[in-house]
Formats: sequence, C-alpha cells, structure tokens
Amino acid sequence: MKVIYTDNNATTQVAPEVLDEMLPYFHDLYGNPSSMHSFGGQVARKLKEARQKVASLIGATPDEILFTGCGTESDSTAIQAAIVSHPDKRHIITTRVEHPAVKNLCEYLEKNGYRVTFLPVDRQGRLNPEDLYKSLSKDTAIVSIMWANNETGVIFPIEEIAQIVTQSGVVFHTDAVQAVGKIPIDVQKIAVDMLSLSGHKIHAPKGIGALYVRKGTKFTPFLIGGHQEKGRRGGTENVASIIGLGKACELAGEHIKEENKPVRYLRDKLENEILKRVPNAMVNGDREHRLPNTTSISFEYVEGEAILLMMNEFGICASSGSACTSGSLEPSHVLRAMGVPFTAAHGSIRFSLSIYNTEEEIDFIIEELPPIIERLRELSPYWDQSKTAAIDPVQG
Amino acid sequence: MWDYTDKVVDHFLHPRNVGEVENPDGIGEEGSLACGDALKLTFKLDENKRIKDAKFQTFGCASAIASSSALTEIVKGMTLEEAQKVTNDDIARYLGGLPKEKMHCSVMGRDALEKAIAYYRGEAEKEIEGEIVCECFGVTDVEIERAVRESNLTTVEDVTDYTKAGGGCESCHDKIQEIIDEVYGKPHVVRLKPAGLTNIQKIKLIEQTLEREIKPSLQKDGGDIELIDVDGNTVIVKLQGTCATCVASQVTLKHYVEAKLRELVTPELVVQEIQS
Repeated sequence: MKVIYTDNNATTQVAPEVLDEMLPYFHDLYGNPSSMHSFGGQVARKLKEARQKVASLIGATPDEILFTGCGTESDSTAIQAAIVSHPDKRHIITTRVEHPAVKNLCEYLEKNGYRVTFLPVDRQGRLNPEDLYKSLSKDTAIVSIMWANNETGVIFPIEEIAQIVTQSGVVFHTDAVQAVGKIPIDVQKIAVDMLSLSGHKIHAPKGIGALYVRKGTKFTPFLIGGHQEKGRRGGTENVASIIGLGKACELAGEHIKEENKPVRYLRDKLENEILKRVPNAMVNGDREHRLPNTTSISFEYVEGEAILLMMNEFGICASSGSACTSGSLEPSHVLRAMGVPFTAAHGSIRFSLSIYNTEEEIDFIIEELPPIIERLRELSPYWDQSKTAAIDPVQG
Repeated sequence: MWDYTDKVVDHFLHPRNVGEVENPDGIGEEGSLACGDALKLTFKLDENKRIKDAKFQTFGCASAIASSSALTEIVKGMTLEEAQKVTNDDIARYLGGLPKEKMHCSVMGRDALEKAIAYYRGEAEKEIEGEIVCECFGVTDVEIERAVRESNLTTVEDVTDYTKAGGGCESCHDKIQEIIDEVYGKPHVVRLKPAGLTNIQKIKLIEQTLEREIKPSLQKDGGDIELIDVDGNTVIVKLQGTCATCVASQVTLKHYVEAKLRELVTPELVVQEIQS
C-alpha cells in the first residue's frame, strides 16, 4: 500500500540531496572538527559552510548561529539563557498556544518562582499585540512567542511583536520551528534577539536544530562543556546532521516559492473539497495569515484518533489534536485556547503538506475521507442528536 | 501509535451490533462530548429473560468503539444476573487486552451496562455517590476506590488510566493517593503546611534540608553552600567551592536549591545568593 504522507509539521522526509551530502561524514570523513590535523580540519571547513547556509536562510551572520540538538533544545537554551543572564528579573511572557517545548518549560519555571504571563488568542488563533504591550514590565526577563503555530499554521505578527518587545528593552525569542523554510524570514529586518529552528521540519534529519542569537544579546550557555560553538554549547558537533541541516536550508531557500504556490494550491484544494463534501466540518484558525502547507479541520461529533486509524487503513498519514492520540485526556491546548468547542476539538485533523506531495495524493484523500467521516458518524450517538436538534422547532 | 491487538483493530474496523435496538428493554448512557468519549447501549430481552439483542452507539477512539462492540458480543445470551457480573477486565480480556492508558474505555462499557440494567429494573438513576475528587472529569472518591479495589490499582497514574480522574489539572493527585493508601491500609503522608511552621521551625527545617539533601549533592561536584540568613521567606545563601565560580550557578540556585527547599519546607521560599 502506498503511503500518503501529510504530517510534515510532525516531521519530514530527509531530502535525497541532504542525505547525499551527509553520507561521506559517516565513513570517509570522520575527523573531529576540533582536531588540529587537516583530517579534522576539512570537516571543520564543511561545518563552517553549513553554518553559512543556515545563517543565509534567515538573514543572519554565521557567528550568530549556534547548533543544537533539536528545536526543543534551542527553545530551552534561549529562555534559560535569558533568565540566567538577568537574575534580577522574574517575569516571562509567552502565549497559551506555544509548542510544549516552550509551554511546559514556562509552566515548570512558574512552579519554581517565576511569574509567567500566558497571552490569550482569539477564536481564529490570533494574538492581540495590545495584550502583550500591557503585560510588559520592568521585571520581564524574556518574551517568547512562536512565529507560526504547529497545529493551525496561524502566523503571528512577529514584526510588530518584536518591535514592541525590543523597544521595551526586553529580550525577544521566537520559536520559528514551523515557519523557517516555509515563509521568508529576515532577522535583519525583524528585531528578534533569538530564534529557534529545527532540521527535521525542513527535510534534514531528526536530532539537529539551531538557535540564532543576535550579536550583543546577553547569553549564558545552557550546555556547558568544551569550547565548541565558541563556548556557547559544549559537546562534539553532530557533524553529519549539521551538514545535512546546511544543505536543507540551502534547498529551503530555493523552495520557498514552491511552498507558497504549488503547496498552497494543494492545501487549499484539499481543504475546500473537504469542506464542500463533509457537513459539519470547519477549519481551525485564521485562513488568511497561515502557513501555506497547513490546515486543521474539525469534524463535529467524531473523534480524531478514530479518523486517523481509519485513514491509516488507506495509507494516509496525518495527525490530530484529539486527546486520545496523545495519551492525554484533554484535547489540544491550542484548540481549547482558541475556544474551539469540544464537539469539534476532539475531532480535529491536521494535514501538513510538503513539496513532495502530489495532486494525485490530494485527490485520493478527498475521495476517501468523506466516507470515513460518514461511517464514524453512523456510530456516533451525537450525530443523530445533532440532526434532531437542527430541525427542532422549539430550538428554532 | 497505540499498540492495539488485532482483535481491537478488528472490532474497531468491523464493529458488531451498531445502532439502537427497537423498543429496548434497557438503555444505558455513559460519558460525554466534553470527556471525549460516550456510549449509548440498548438491549432487548427474550421470553426467557436473556439478552436477545444488544446494540451500541459510540463517540470515541478506536478502543472505545472496540470496547463497545465487544461488550455487546459478550452480553448477548446472558441473563441480567450474569450480565451484571461482567467487569471492565472481561471486556479488555475479550479484546486481547487494551493499552493501560485506554482502560477507561472498558470501564465506560461496564458503567453503561450497569445503567442499562438499572433502567430495565426501573431503578431510579443512581445519585452521585461520594464526593467529587476530580473536578475536571467529575469522578468521585467512591468511583476511585471501586476502581482501585477491583483492578488492584496502585498508583495515581493507574487510577487516571482506568477512571480519567487526575487526567486534567492534576490538582487532585494528592487526594487520589490518599484513597489508594486507605485501600491498602497505608498511613497518609502528612505534609507540613506553611501556616503550620513557626519561624524557628522553618529555619530549622531549612538547615536540615541544606545539610541532608542539598550539601551532599553539591559537595560531590566540589561545591558547597552556606546558610547566611532567613528573612521572612527569603533564604540568603553563599555558594562555595566550584559552585561559587560556576557560570551556571544561578541555574543551580533556582532549579535545584530553591526547588528542593520549596518541596521540603514551604513553597513560598525564594533563594538569594550573597556574593563574597
């Protein structure tokens, strides 16, 4: 059975060009880039090249790029570096819809004496910069706000947010893991102090990330060890993966237009056809300011895990904000923060596409998904009730 | 992805007895949209008072649908006395097991069956027994105690897997632990509350915690800590040895020293370092 992969916000396939670039560094070129001999030196040169490529994608300079193990490490490094560098400040601002890498860390810090403001979002998942402005105080050590949401794809107005934060003299970090490579980012034009990105979201392997740290930003290392990364993150570099990340960033720069046109076309076709063919379905989040590859669709009165498993029978891979898929008992904190009702939050499905998806695949999903929803609704006690409620003359 | 047995997958993809029995003798509804799963069970008896037909409608995940399907298969042909003895473990066993995080799906089946039998017998819907312990999912102490006894649950996590209690805001975890301890006859762990500590007691407890818990750990890495003063809830300390020169000393202070003191003395404490 052919696999139709539409879960690219979870992870992406490693691009063949990326793998080709990495392979020699597992066998022939295995030197340590910190070594003084030329065998290690040639690896160090390749690392330098990769750093340049990562920096280029976001408009940074190479010495502002710090390689990490993943997006989570980048987020953690940024936030912990800021609070340790400003020990007199005990306030953090973030949002209610952050990825667990930021959300759970902030909740942990809250339990340990920090005051955390979790900014709300509206029904479309949008943030009101006015709320942020009012929350800033002299005690604020860092503001950490994601660039684009991983579940809905909603893009926050980072330029405006960055301006508000940095004008107040507060450090601004953005988790741009979902945005990098999908929309143009230029840190020369937008006043972010720190920015997290992750390799496996842009066709590099899992286990490699990077943190942009603007020159002049107060920084205390999170991982203390050797002199690697100019003493900002100890530990021998994950050489092959860094080289893969460099290549992936180079490709992402070339593909950004494709993300914005062909991928957007496929996403819109998928979304519009589903909405046309399936009653009681709705898109979660602002449809205008959104990543071109992502759609979160809720199907009322059915449950997300059941939809995913039935789609799995057809080889279709997606993800869900339902509680049952994650092992938790509460549905997605993002959808709940947006005020998506339980009738819909439990039945949400996220499709996230990549340049490797084809129109044929999208057509296949459009054909197979509506009967799946219909089948599950036949099982659901609420589906009958909803139809009765809809024609109830008393209820109008 | 959940590690479902072939039988769970089979009952999910090919559920048996879907729908509502016409003119049912028994109707039992359990769960809600907010909770993420719900089941409506209906059955009809034959002339010998055996369950001739049973059907279900379920909103929920694969294991909720499979558990409902299994339940209807299990009870068909049973007398009500026999059906009354069906447990959630019987449902899980019939399916070759469920992931432990999904055991609450089988409990939902058992509860719906009990309600359907009570409906047939004309018994008034039971009032909620006991006190609500988990506000998020509306689970009472009686329900938790029953689950602990019936399924030999020993941890809060187990209780959450079987009843959902404690799966939301987690503020009821201490209470759940108390119920587990009561069932197994263990004494409750009485935690000191800040209001219960005099200043002298607080300072003594801080000193003890530093000596017994914190210092040995720091000394292992060549560091140390000295208590300088306690001003209200502010604990003033001085780092020594390698801790004094460590670039991550603030992390140690906040994430280890302060966290430990808050855990073992009182949650209001704030640790401040005095520089030499």
